[in-house]
Amino acid sequence: MADTPQKPSFHQKFFEKNSLILTLGVVVTISIGGIVEIAPLFYLNSTIEEVEGVRPYTPLELMGRQIYMREGCYNCHSQMIRPLRDEVERYGHYSLAAESMYDRPFQWGSKRTGPDLARVGGRYSDEWHRDHLIHPQSVVPESIMPPYAFLQDAVLDYSTITAHLRVNQFLGVPYSDEAVENAVADLEAQVDEFSSGYDDLIARYPGAQIRNFDGNAEVITEMDALIAYLQVLGTMVDFSTYSPDAEANQR
Amino acid sequence: MSQATAMPVKSSGLDGMLIGLICILGAFWSLMAAARGVDPQMVAHGWLMLGGFIIGLVLVVNAYSANGRVEETGLYHDNVIKAGAIATMFWAVVGLLVGVVIALQLAWPNIFYFEQFGFLNFGRLRPLHTSAVIFAFGGNALIATSFYVVQRTSRARLAGGLWPWFVFWGYQFFIVIAASGYVMGVTQAQEYAEPEWYADIWLTLVWVAYLMVFLGTLWKRKEPHIYVANWFYLAFIVTIAVLHLVNNLSIPVDPFGSFSYRVFSGVQNALTQWWYGHNAVGFFLTAGFLGIMYYFIPKRVERPVYSYRLSIVHFWTLIFIYIWAGPHHLHYTALPEWAQTLGMTFSVMLWMPSWGGMINGLMTLSGAWDKLRTDPVVRMMVVSVAFYGMSTFEGPLMSIRAVNALSHYTDWTIGHVHSGALGWVGMISFGAIYCMVPWLWKKKGMWSRALIEWHFWLATLGILLYIAAMWPSGITQGLMWRAYNDLGFLEYSFIETVEAMHPYYIIRAGGGLLFLAGAILMAFNMYKTITGDVSETEDEVTPQPRAIPAE
Repeated sequence: MADTPQKPSFHQKFFEKNSLILTLGVVVTISIGGIVEIAPLFYLNSTIEEVEGVRPYTPLELMGRQIYMREGCYNCHSQMIRPLRDEVERYGHYSLAAESMYDRPFQWGSKRTGPDLARVGGRYSDEWHRDHLIHPQSVVPESIMPPYAFLQDAVLDYSTITAHLRVNQFLGVPYSDEAVENAVADLEAQVDEFSSGYDDLIARYPGAQIRNFDGNAEVITEMDALIAYLQVLGTMVDFSTYSPDAEANQR
Repeated sequence: MSQATAMPVKSSGLDGMLIGLICILGAFWSLMAAARGVDPQMVAHGWLMLGGFIIGLVLVVNAYSANGRVEETGLYHDNVIKAGAIATMFWAVVGLLVGVVIALQLAWPNIFYFEQFGFLNFGRLRPLHTSAVIFAFGGNALIATSFYVVQRTSRARLAGGLWPWFVFWGYQFFIVIAASGYVMGVTQAQEYAEPEWYADIWLTLVWVAYLMVFLGTLWKRKEPHIYVANWFYLAFIVTIAVLHLVNNLSIPVDPFGSFSYRVFSGVQNALTQWWYGHNAVGFFLTAGFLGIMYYFIPKRVERPVYSYRLSIVHFWTLIFIYIWAGPHHLHYTALPEWAQTLGMTFSVMLWMPSWGGMINGLMTLSGAWDKLRTDPVVRMMVVSVAFYGMSTFEGPLMSIRAVNALSHYTDWTIGHVHSGALGWVGMISFGAIYCMVPWLWKKKGMWSRALIEWHFWLATLGILLYIAAMWPSGITQGLMWRAYNDLGFLEYSFIETVEAMHPYYIIRAGGGLLFLAGAILMAFNMYKTITGDVSETEDEVTPQPRAIPAE
């Protein structure tokens, strides 16, 4: 080695002699970036905008989100509209951090093999979603999306829904104790417009959409849950209460 | 080879006792999960894991069968590395095959989707592909080569008795749990961190054992200094442990349920995830494989590493800067802009240490450039380092916000990761295995050099087709999304941009198929080398009686 120093260098004496010092050096070196970059997000108030309307998911929407994740929808669909002219025109108002503040995990995605879904809620009818999920090419002939026909026959398993809400509540999502206790009733009420639980559900989840989503009133299916979730995406924020130039929203 | 006399001695057996205890506790928990699981996936996994732990227990008991556990004390522990080399090749073929399948699904959705087999849809198979190539193929290559390198450069036998075997089989077990989970729909839905909480806990255990085996071997070393390749391996092991623990903080819905909720939500979750995601690239797919580069290239060309000082600068700057780069995955998102800018700045800076490493690898060939012509394995490793240089130039470019506005969400990103994954990670691993197999199985060389040549050209052509398809595909789609017509309306609907991708997706699948074909040739060549007669081969490797410190 032409450039090996004659005397052992500091590096040779110190790091190359002792594996624990080397390990410690690595830990310190890699910690700096993470601490400086990530930690402030947890205490800076400006991280999440001040805006009204964002509520926790209803039990049915939460179950729909489970199916969205289970099927790996995030592999092809983003849920994050960037503040670029074409995106705002194509998909709607750019996404706010507040809109995913109860999302565990976030589903912003990284690839648009299919279109962004951040504001897909209310864009299409339930029937369109059902047809599209059963056989995507029936409504979009050039689509390369796989079929999800099995969702309409799969009975939704919501036996653990109370525990789902309880864990969310524990982690800081503002579900009331009452909401946790009534999780099963709320889930069942959301697919039935004539349910006795209608008013309670609306009171707990303002603006919740209550109807049979898959056109099959006999049983609550995974199709019901997934469409309920898709129909709420991006619809919660009341943009009349959001002023991007307000000081609290300068980020 | 004075110390190489294999002297079997009685072992204290604490290692086996502890591993046995882990298996018993694991089997107990699995049985509970199988009996009381709250969802069908958990029940299925309970039975699967129960089977795994029982097999593990049988293996441990078997090690004790002839009155007490006997331990080989030869100079090097090579059997676990042999197993690792075979596992690497196996998972390479599996991972690449799934990759080809999902590429075909995007090219011809009408042929490769089946309504009655929803679990074979793209959304469930894509994590299977990414995990199989990154963690199964890449991870096994890293574990096997690190065990090889740390022993040779320390002139010490692997520490820990049975623990290296625990690391090997524990890691395969993790892969099987994760992979079967994806197909059943068990996922955290965070890219490259899909395995659920119980798989994560198991991996943590395996990883701590891996770190201890590695450190334990360094502690026993008879070389005064720790060789540069080991710095990189150590940084990889330690950092992956930190990333894995922080990014997978979650609370299960039920102790016997397969789903869990992240402790972080929304924007904090997003940055933590991409801090993890980008450093899975930086430490798993870069630092670890640089360890391979720093050992196997000097060995194969029989030249010392080009510059010792450059390796020091390369090492510390690379690990310091990489950890900041995550936010470039979140440009123009709801992540605060200061974090995006910080991520972009460090990503651009990252170009320098990366190219420092590339230069150190390439210039090691000084005086041995003729080997590029004569030795396909050297050529493979050099092309790999060249792809490393190319990807680490492209990465900083794509992390610039203005460029990212176009490239993000498109196939350009897919092309970028594959020039890194196929070109750099794939080729350097293949090169290292071509070196290691004859050394481990004490053969003159690989069975057929012609097959290595074929592998090299198939793989190179495959990569070129792949990235040559994904660049125009990504840039086309990005430009179509933002195109306006004369009246000031968006020119294309989304589905028109999907249609435009069709020819590129076909070319991409072809490229993947060629790369897979090369890997299958390699697997065959490896099989013939291990089992067959290699008294006559053109691929003659220098026998490696003992390590010569390259520094």
